[in-house]
Amino acid sequence: MAQTDERQEQAVSRRKFLKNSGLVLGGLVIGGVAGSLLKTQGPPVPQAAPAAPDFNQALMYFTPEQFRVVDAATERIFPEDENGPGARALGAAYFIDHQLSGDWGFNARDYMQGPFFPGEATQGYQGRLKRREIFDIGIQEMNNYSTSKFGKRFYELEADQQDAVLKAFETNEVKLTTISASGFFQMLRASTLEGIYADPLYGGNKNMDGWRLKRYPGNQMAYTQVIEQDQFVKMDPKSLRDHQHG
Amino acid sequence: MARRLPKVDVVIVGVGWGGGIIASELTKQGLTVVGLERGKERKTEDYYMVHDELRYALRYELMQDLSKETITFRSNTRIRALPMRQYGSFLIGTGLGGAGVHWNGQTFRFLPYDFEIRSKTIERYGEDKIPEGMTIQDWGITYEEMEPYYDRFEKMAGISGEENPLGGKRSSPYPTPPMKQTPAIKLFAEAAKKLKLNPYMMPSANLSQAYTNEDGVSRAACQYCGYCERFGCEYGAKADPVVTVIPVAKKTGKFEIRTHSYVRRILHTGNRATGVLYTDTTTGEEIEQPADIVVLTSYVFNNVRLLLLSNLGRPYDPATGKGVIGKNYAYQVIRGGATGFFEDREFNLYAGAGALGITLDDYNGDNFDHSDLKFLHGASISLSQTGLRPIANNPVPSGTPNWGKEFKAASLKYFYRTLGVGAQGASMPFRHHFLDLDPTYRDVFGDPLIRITFDFEEQDRQLAAFTADKCGQILKEMGATHVDVRRELGPYDITPYQSTHNTGGVIMGASPDTSAVNNYLQMWDVENLFVVGATAFPHNSGYNPTDTVGALAYRAAEGIAKYAKGNGGLLV
Repeated sequence: MAQTDERQEQAVSRRKFLKNSGLVLGGLVIGGVAGSLLKTQGPPVPQAAPAAPDFNQALMYFTPEQFRVVDAATERIFPEDENGPGARALGAAYFIDHQLSGDWGFNARDYMQGPFFPGEATQGYQGRLKRREIFDIGIQEMNNYSTSKFGKRFYELEADQQDAVLKAFETNEVKLTTISASGFFQMLRASTLEGIYADPLYGGNKNMDGWRLKRYPGNQMAYTQVIEQDQFVKMDPKSLRDHQHG
Repeated sequence: MARRLPKVDVVIVGVGWGGGIIASELTKQGLTVVGLERGKERKTEDYYMVHDELRYALRYELMQDLSKETITFRSNTRIRALPMRQYGSFLIGTGLGGAGVHWNGQTFRFLPYDFEIRSKTIERYGEDKIPEGMTIQDWGITYEEMEPYYDRFEKMAGISGEENPLGGKRSSPYPTPPMKQTPAIKLFAEAAKKLKLNPYMMPSANLSQAYTNEDGVSRAACQYCGYCERFGCEYGAKADPVVTVIPVAKKTGKFEIRTHSYVRRILHTGNRATGVLYTDTTTGEEIEQPADIVVLTSYVFNNVRLLLLSNLGRPYDPATGKGVIGKNYAYQVIRGGATGFFEDREFNLYAGAGALGITLDDYNGDNFDHSDLKFLHGASISLSQTGLRPIANNPVPSGTPNWGKEFKAASLKYFYRTLGVGAQGASMPFRHHFLDLDPTYRDVFGDPLIRITFDFEEQDRQLAAFTADKCGQILKEMGATHVDVRRELGPYDITPYQSTHNTGGVIMGASPDTSAVNNYLQMWDVENLFVVGATAFPHNSGYNPTDTVGALAYRAAEGIAKYAKGNGGLLV
């Protein structure tokens, strides 16, 4: 246990260092050149508190730069406030990253055969791009728009500037040639909500705190005792993991 | 060259409710039946991890893989049909049990009016009441003739309910009592009664108590876990073919199910079906299954598509109104409801069941006077408590932003303070609504996809506005502090989920001139081919279709048995 405590302490001091040195942006350690600077600051330190290492919080699809944009955007869509944690603390961007790396990102169960024609709005998505490609373009365009409008990348902007960028995408004020700006925004918004409220097995809804926010009981076996009750019945949520191991 | 297997008495295409009922009834009578199912095997134990909204509700775990086969859609013949590339408007089931696995269990009988809709409309309002282009027709069967088959389906499935005060006569009560009443349901009941309406508990295939049916199948009571629609039931409490009719058929030793078997053609010589050609999707091998009788029991789109791909029957031509295969495609009018927000009251809305709810039929069918209204038929109006899941349900009052701080606060606040009262509107057929083969898009085997040509009509817009107001009135009477009423129907859009109640295309009737099958669902043109399912509906009512599909399957089974024992020929 002594070793664990020591490592925790190291992790904490590392975070403190990073914060004080301005190398943390939006709760995230920046990599590249700045990252290499860290190596001169003493012995190697673990990435996270080993008491509860979350091995799920690593990138399967996004580049670190893409992750920063998505992580910042999800937090504006569902911000931390007096009600409780926001999308960032709940791991929504990790959820999106993990989803894009699999079937959903590849549109594996969608009809993707040609020929491709632009259709009526009532005919649904008719593009040839896969979701991961839409995210690639959308994220790049968010940075482009942020840079041209405010001189900084999306995740470097102030919160109200980030909101303005998201709004410009939502309302198609941003003119894009390859994808629909509002379509991308809707996908981002929908997947943020998924990342907040899907079972934690997918990498979001950390500690089921998304469900706690909404007082959702998760995966319970039965509500026969609750169904006729007048008063609201609050219960601690259960996850699919609880179900398997419980 | 396809491998040819020994002949069987009956081959069925698709093992859902239709296929399961046909198989259980015919094998009990000693016929050998082979069931071909393009999806996989399923059992109750598979749903141990089913309480997963993302996997089942949003990623469509139980639905047909659209990368292999989808439909194409256009609003009218002037525009190009394009493939439904992703799910939205409706969900197509696959695998053993088909759509009978992921249904909600709402098990309504159609009204006596439905079966004689044209005659009764003319009788009460005159022929001029039927608008130009609306192709309503009688079904070639009456409610009285249907009643015993409804009764059989309900007893087999153990439907829990109470009598609809405005419904057709019942020969016996529901086999199990209605489900438990929640506070929201009680609120609706009181409000509706104050408004002089006739509410009744929704008939439910989610069992209100343990039940053993006449086949000896015992099932447990519903636990109100809130995971019915788009999910399988891990208790077997929700009636589905896998826990009811399929085991009964299997027990006879006369039923063989072949999963991963994708039927490509109905084989025929002259006007007799000789069997089916299918592909074993695990090996790619083409196999011919000869049979004395062929029964199509797959979902609406595939029943129609297989007939057209096989050059069977007379394809419908909307220009002339001639032909019958693909005619009278209909859907449902689901918009036209209201949402009520209750500032000072919370409901345990995470709990529920697919068919837990309360309904009234005062504005359904011809239960009200249409003389001054610009539409025919109507809608059932219901409050359902299916169990709210958190990703898909983030209700906020109109005018609230849909993201950001304000959205977060409102969506958390109103999650358990919001009740919906919905209308399930009937869909009338029109001459220019139909199904045919798409000229451009193909499935994974290179065969044409089925094409839908459909849009909402003025009739539907009028109906939606009318029912929306009624739903809003009920919510106000229930004490909602804020009510959002959805009166605008808009054009038919393939993207938002509405209803998996697609009907028509191989419709039943009294004459081969205007229908494809007779009232035993036997094809007029091919006497040993039966087409079972909601394909047989000449129009869609203001209800969920499964009770009527099940009843028609029992009717068809009776006809097939009669045909198999007789000297052939048409049964009607």
